[in-house]
Amino acid sequence: MNSGSGHGSLLTLAGFFGVLSLFAIGGGNSAIPEMHRFAVDVQHWLSDRQFADSFALAQLTPGPNLIIVALIGYHVAGVLGALVATLAMCGPPAVFAFFVGGASEKFKGKTWHTVLSRALVPVTIGLLAASVTVIVSSVGYNLMSLAIMVATTLAAYFARLHPLWIFAAAAVIGMSGLL
Amino acid sequence: MSASLIPSAAEPEASPFAASPQLPPPTLAELFVAFATISLSGFGGVLAWSRRLMVEERKWLTAEQFNEVYALCSFLPGGNIINFSVVFGARFGGVRGALAAMSGLMGPPVLLVLIIAAIYAHYGDLPVLRRALIGVAAAAAGLMMATVAKMARPLFRNGAWRGPLIALATFVAIGIVHWPLPLVLVVIVPVSIAAAMVRQ
Repeated sequence: MNSGSGHGSLLTLAGFFGVLSLFAIGGGNSAIPEMHRFAVDVQHWLSDRQFADSFALAQLTPGPNLIIVALIGYHVAGVLGALVATLAMCGPPAVFAFFVGGASEKFKGKTWHTVLSRALVPVTIGLLAASVTVIVSSVGYNLMSLAIMVATTLAAYFARLHPLWIFAAAAVIGMSGLL
Repeated sequence: MSASLIPSAAEPEASPFAASPQLPPPTLAELFVAFATISLSGFGGVLAWSRRLMVEERKWLTAEQFNEVYALCSFLPGGNIINFSVVFGARFGGVRGALAAMSGLMGPPVLLVLIIAAIYAHYGDLPVLRRALIGVAAAAAGLMMATVAKMARPLFRNGAWRGPLIALATFVAIGIVHWPLPLVLVVIVPVSIAAAMVRQ
């Protein structure tokens, strides 16, 4: 798993996730393409397969989705890497939220609120759509993964199902090798 | 509309929540436990759980206050729920409150995922596990796709074209051309803000 450890890669991890954390608008899942670009394409920390697996494992772990950064960090430098990546991803936005959250009363109800929400929603949609393509191409374009994806999209769009049931069904279908 | 607009002379420190909670404010330990509970029970949707616990069970926030804080947090960079824990913890306990809430939220899942990572390092190559994970990843991508569809629907109202165009441009730049995220956002966010202001 280790494709290079030591202080150098810890610094790279901290620097990358620290910067990424401030650009992660619309939650952790919209930052997936950037994580893939850097960790798989640029640094070769993980293979496509390992990235897809990390994404799946993060989805299966209760808690915030961006826990995937701990798994990427773990691939780079074990437990220490996981902790560094997580702190780098959470620290800068937390400091930001601490100060803005305290000052937010002054801004409430201003028009910028509406403008910003209108402006960021389309960007978030584009980012999430990009995340879908990155995940699907990491998983590999085969009949099974595409069939599961389409079925899940339809099920989640038209019915309200708990994600845990969807994941369980998908895991069983995957394991059985039915498709 | 909300109690936070009523000026409270008694406690200038605890601004928005001072007037309303029916129960005493949480201690540091309660903050930690509350966010650990939210984190560990919040499968695929931490928001629903945090609302249930904060508003319905503990009554630390009214529904309006919850919406206000959550709306604010979704505009801040980073994970929404992490920002929520910081803002919420800070308002009840300053820096220590923020740290208690955030470590409650992140500590248990990080511990869990490390155990999972160690197991994966040993058994990740088993074909059965491989296929199961492919299934889960594909399903999670499908869930995301459904979210995209639900979010995109209102964009097309009244023949609007700026929103869909910006979504499409973002998608192509990130998902197809694979340009770096900071670079793309530095260009597209100002453009999108300008477009949103024109529409006003």
